[in-house]
Amino acid sequence: MPTAVISPTATTPPTTSQNVVKMVGLVLISIGLLGILVAAVGADYLSPVFTGLGGTAVFTVGALLYIWQSRRRKSPAEQNHGLWQQEATSRGASAWVIGFVLTGFYVLLYWFPDTLQGLIQAMEPLSQWLRNRPSDQWFLYGTFYTLAVLIMGVYALLKYRNSRYHIIRTISVMFFQLGFAFLLPGLLLMLNQPEYYFSYFWPLKYDYLFPSTIEYLVRDGAALGVFMIFWGAVFSFLATPVLTYFYGKRWYCSWVCGCGGLAETAGDPYRHLSDKSRKAWRWEVAIIYPILGFVILTTLFLWVNSWSEGRLLGDLSGGFAQTYGFFIGAMFSGVIGVGFYPLMGNRVWCRFGCPMAAYLGLLQKYFSRFRITTNGGQCISCGNCSTYCEMGIDVRWYAQQGEPIIRAACVGCGICAHVCPRGVLKLENGPREGRYAGTPLISRDELRILD
Amino acid sequence: MNQIKAQEHLVIIGNGIAGVTLAQRVRQRSDCRITIVSAESQLHFSRTALMYVYMGHMRFQDIVPYADWYWQEQKIELVHDYVERVETSDKKLVLREGPPLHYDKLVLATGSSAAYYDWPGQTLKGVQGLVSLQDLELMEANTAGIQQAVIIGGGLIGVEMAEMLRSRGIAVTMLIRDKLYWHNVLPEEEARLVTDHIRQHGIELLLQEELQEILADDAGRVRAIHTRSGKELPCQFVGITTGVKPNVEFLKGAGIEIEKGILVNEFFETSQPDVYALSDCAQFRNPAPGQPMMEQLWYTARLHAEALASTLLGDRKPYQRGPWFNSAKFFDIEYQTYGFVPARFTEQQESLYWQNEEATKAIRLLYDKKTAKLLGINLLGVRYRHDLCHHWLQQGYTLHDVMQELPAVNFDPEFFQRYEEELLSQYYTRFPDRQPPVKHSNWWELRKRFGLFSDSTSC
Repeated sequence: MPTAVISPTATTPPTTSQNVVKMVGLVLISIGLLGILVAAVGADYLSPVFTGLGGTAVFTVGALLYIWQSRRRKSPAEQNHGLWQQEATSRGASAWVIGFVLTGFYVLLYWFPDTLQGLIQAMEPLSQWLRNRPSDQWFLYGTFYTLAVLIMGVYALLKYRNSRYHIIRTISVMFFQLGFAFLLPGLLLMLNQPEYYFSYFWPLKYDYLFPSTIEYLVRDGAALGVFMIFWGAVFSFLATPVLTYFYGKRWYCSWVCGCGGLAETAGDPYRHLSDKSRKAWRWEVAIIYPILGFVILTTLFLWVNSWSEGRLLGDLSGGFAQTYGFFIGAMFSGVIGVGFYPLMGNRVWCRFGCPMAAYLGLLQKYFSRFRITTNGGQCISCGNCSTYCEMGIDVRWYAQQGEPIIRAACVGCGICAHVCPRGVLKLENGPREGRYAGTPLISRDELRILD
Repeated sequence: MNQIKAQEHLVIIGNGIAGVTLAQRVRQRSDCRITIVSAESQLHFSRTALMYVYMGHMRFQDIVPYADWYWQEQKIELVHDYVERVETSDKKLVLREGPPLHYDKLVLATGSSAAYYDWPGQTLKGVQGLVSLQDLELMEANTAGIQQAVIIGGGLIGVEMAEMLRSRGIAVTMLIRDKLYWHNVLPEEEARLVTDHIRQHGIELLLQEELQEILADDAGRVRAIHTRSGKELPCQFVGITTGVKPNVEFLKGAGIEIEKGILVNEFFETSQPDVYALSDCAQFRNPAPGQPMMEQLWYTARLHAEALASTLLGDRKPYQRGPWFNSAKFFDIEYQTYGFVPARFTEQQESLYWQNEEATKAIRLLYDKKTAKLLGINLLGVRYRHDLCHHWLQQGYTLHDVMQELPAVNFDPEFFQRYEEELLSQYYTRFPDRQPPVKHSNWWELRKRFGLFSDSTSC
């Protein structure tokens, strides 16, 4: 496995051949983007398959070349050089442009999918090959999403190449996105089975336990449909508490989940942008738990409605479900969640909105063996851990007092332990007894951040 | 009586880790008025993190551990001003900007700054050390657009400066007096490993070399240096990292005894009543045998403050440091040390030493030949648990005892390769009559058995 070995070229100025590779990468990225643009607006003049799918392929190759060359040249300790000095990663002009483009893409995707016809057509051969049915806007979205996780997964693998934990974890999110959230649902459709994502569960995929979904799965999926319902219910109510008890929230949020997968790969360059202030923490608590409550209520209402055949609640539950779908499902998780990556960091949705994260968080805080241990009195309060915490946790607050970090929000990505220049933090699962106890080598402040 | 009363005023000069820790610990158990005066910055920041601001990993606000609200809620007053002089007869501080400040107890935690050794040209533009926030700002200005830099001194600040400069693509040459980097602290193998690593990062190391003089251009800026051996190195920046000296100039005439630093006893009391000094600016009158006169680390600053806080709160105990520990990072390689591993061993000392083939990781366990007592641990690229190492050293473990618990000490992330087997196999080769333990030690069991955690249940 790779250790901290650096190539002799690590910090020497890039050679000409390295610059050439990077430049070729940039040219290919540009050609690819142009192709995608032509597919989107000029489908009448050129085959969108040629320009769109071809452009996507060219873009992918170019991006991989560029990432390979620029990341490999930096040694592990150099990977964060200049993040707060380059405008793309410090809310500069280009960050705003990327933010607006991403946000705009989500708006088109959710509310004006017809405008994306050219790109949807571009994915037609891929859709036919994988799913044996015509492409639509969700297939387009799934393809782009998966590509983003895979391409930037390579970026994360190179950036964190001296850590086995991050290599395995990154491969895991790439695997679950490609296999469980892209190929398998497509394959199910090809086999005329209901489309189902085995890596998403209620309450994140809130409609998986709605009566209408269950009815549809049983009707259209027969035995497999029943298995899907069983799988979903078991994961929501049994596997989730058990796995979280042993490993903390991380087994899902930074190893399996697709939203987490995108955040840990494509969102990695923006992780330091999360707000660490106490005010942000107050907002987090004030938003995420009501959303969890809202999902639970909606689900309950729908079931009451279904059992009483609409007599008890009328259309109230339907209204609840629609409201949730619009404000939380689309607006929050998509538009703000991903669109605002370059401005507010890569885990806005996971931190402020995701009901699954809220549920896992409560389990992690009160029924789990997981904690991040602080190594004795070794903390130097430098702040790298807090800065690079994508969930906006002030990790240093605990570390400098020699306390373990046990927070509902923590997704266990492990980057705090990675960026710590003194190796002070370690993610671990241990007995619940004495879980909150800190080191005896430091006398500490009893003040809590939130009352 | 040392104990501070509720209506009294505790004034601390210096908002580094020493001053701030003292204020925090006193506030925990006393309602007295507390004021921290600092000329350097409004808020306490992590000095060790200045390098990350320069390299763009963080902004200055990110290296500030406690926000404004914290100080307000803790009722700790912050005064951003320079203390011109201390008038101990009136218990008064004269400030540059604000009105004079009365104190009942005064704590001097003024820290240190780069030590210069009267080199010709040392006051030229482009020559500086790196200790304070102002030094960082100066370094930003001094290194803008330059090509070459020279760093004098092979210590921890030196390698930090080298890493900073390399992040901006500036060519760096380091002048090191010893035959290897930091060889006055690290034993030969470790020093060689780190020296090679620094070189791999593109730093030119001139070993057994010292500064002769710094040469100026027409504008009074540094243009080159001369080394002892007569080399001329062109450069536009000279980093002075040959150690630090206490900031005590403003105390002249205050009637406080000063030698190198402010002289204190084991209670941090100076020659003046109700005036204390600690950390970088303090010097022990009678250090315990084998202990240094001055302790100028982040960690010792915190320990000094905890001890003095205890005294000020009425629990008068002399300062006893306990087993030594320290940590650092040399580019990609983390360093931890526990106990005391000298650069050169005596006849009575022996060690188990392992390093990997790529020479990026190393472990050394130093022990006494006769008694097998563990003396110290050096780690490069491997993390050990501080609590357990401290326990071993505190309890006087022998190497044989340590080997029984060795598997529990590793603190590397999950899935990382473990190297304890390598050490154990060396150990059994050296001590063939020793038997492997029946059961592997588990950290959580040891932690409970030895009580290696606080009783605190706060969250």
